[in-house]
Amino acid sequence: MAMEYSEKVMEHFAHPHNVGTLEDANGVGEVGNAKCGDIMRMYLKISDDEIIEDVKFQTFGCASAIATSSIATDMIKGRPLKDALTLTNKAVVEALDGLPAVKIHCSVLAEQAVKAAVADYYKRKGVPFESPCDQCGGEGCCGHDHGGEE
Amino acid sequence: MFVYADNAATTAMSKAAIDAMTPAMHQLYGNPSSLHQKGREANYALMDARETVARCLNAQPREIYFTGCGTESDNWAITEGARLGAEQGKKHIISDAIEHHAVLHTLAKLEKQGFEVTYLPVHEDGLVRLDELAAAIRPDTCLVTIMFSNNEIGTIQPIREIGALCRERGVLFHTDAVQAVGHLPIDVAADNIDMLSLSGHKFHAPKGVGALYCKRSVPIRNFIEGGAQERGRRGGTEAIPAILAMAAAMKDSCEHMEENMARVSAMRDKLIDGLSKIPRSRCNGSPDHRAPGIVSFCFEGIEGESLLLRLDLAGICASSGSACTSGSLDPSHVLLALGMPHEIAHGSLRLSLCEYNTMEEVEYILQQVPEVVRTLREMSPVWSHMLETMADPYQ
Repeated sequence: MAMEYSEKVMEHFAHPHNVGTLEDANGVGEVGNAKCGDIMRMYLKISDDEIIEDVKFQTFGCASAIATSSIATDMIKGRPLKDALTLTNKAVVEALDGLPAVKIHCSVLAEQAVKAAVADYYKRKGVPFESPCDQCGGEGCCGHDHGGEE
Repeated sequence: MFVYADNAATTAMSKAAIDAMTPAMHQLYGNPSSLHQKGREANYALMDARETVARCLNAQPREIYFTGCGTESDNWAITEGARLGAEQGKKHIISDAIEHHAVLHTLAKLEKQGFEVTYLPVHEDGLVRLDELAAAIRPDTCLVTIMFSNNEIGTIQPIREIGALCRERGVLFHTDAVQAVGHLPIDVAADNIDMLSLSGHKFHAPKGVGALYCKRSVPIRNFIEGGAQERGRRGGTEAIPAILAMAAAMKDSCEHMEENMARVSAMRDKLIDGLSKIPRSRCNGSPDHRAPGIVSFCFEGIEGESLLLRLDLAGICASSGSACTSGSLDPSHVLLALGMPHEIAHGSLRLSLCEYNTMEEVEYILQQVPEVVRTLREMSPVWSHMLETMADPYQ
């Protein structure tokens, strides 16, 4: 009953893009917890005109957690900040040519990690921010602690 | 390089097994229940196989029942042990926390039917304590079921002493020996075992065949109805080629047991020594009572499925007790029973060797695992956090 990952998932798992940290990030988000076996941390560097200039991630988790993080960073890098806000887990799954049903939560985590980083960016700027994410109600949503500090 | 290091999951068939199976598939197509010559021919072969299996365990041929797998044997033995107890008004069973699901799920089913089950703790080394077992036995205890050696951490239980205690207290004793048969010396008489489950494919026989040893004095009834096979106790036409292959594989394993144990243990110890050098790693299970081929490690800061799949990309087949690989939310119940926190149990790796592995392969594993662990740690926020908060995470 082995699980089948798409070639795209395996490619991003074997050679993930944008791995690491950003010293000068102005938005950092972390979701998940080690007890459940998945943690994603996203670092965003957002320019004054709200373009995502750079993005990096760190992930503790299974192959699909690493692959969804990797492709999510590809999907928002160099894009306007509003694109990060409209990123959906469905789009992440499609970009990876699908995920096994038991791994869909990894794509949700990737979406939440990006949005947690954006929320952190607005918080630092002192701008009120309401997450448009369906599953999330902004900070502290989904039972996860957002922000990279804790 | 390709390395198969998942022999606790299943093994490649041995030459002995294939050599026994091939002619049986060509010629021994008769039904052993038929009276004609083709039937008699198959029946004689079946009798020989039963005798071989019995001899390897120091049992009588009439005490061996061929089954479809180790899981069936476990289900049968435990269900019948419970039924026999219930007939005398005894509905308490003792087992332990690190049994295989073939045992645990059967026990859960019996609990729903009104049986009470005590699960003994196994402590950090994975071992059942005799004094705790002695204290758990009650006047209404009908069955003790404790595995011979564990499939995930390789810990070998004090079976002979457990058997002696059960005999002294008049309690039936079953052992799931699926990981032990063909790898460790077993003597059902000396080890005081009443019932024992085994599975062919763990010692180079094909998948789809197992056996139950049941002492003559234990009046078990059918688990599968429908025929006079296995002395009326297990319906279904016997899988002659598979049974013959299992008997041949078992004979081969038992004849070469001493040399295989020495060879495989040496590779296991080299693996343990090498992997122990990885910072923040730990070897799971008892260091002194360990099956020859099983090595279980946890590496902090990483998750087992990614470790497993990165090793697969490097040509190494292994397994993990992480939640992701088990398809559940929790990591392995075995590692949790050792008292390991969830976050560390997620980073587990099991390498299981057999006599077909080589020292060169072990060396290759020892090159690859530290490299993969390092790469995954570099991308892990958990590891970064450890680096930030601990004085010296490398200790």
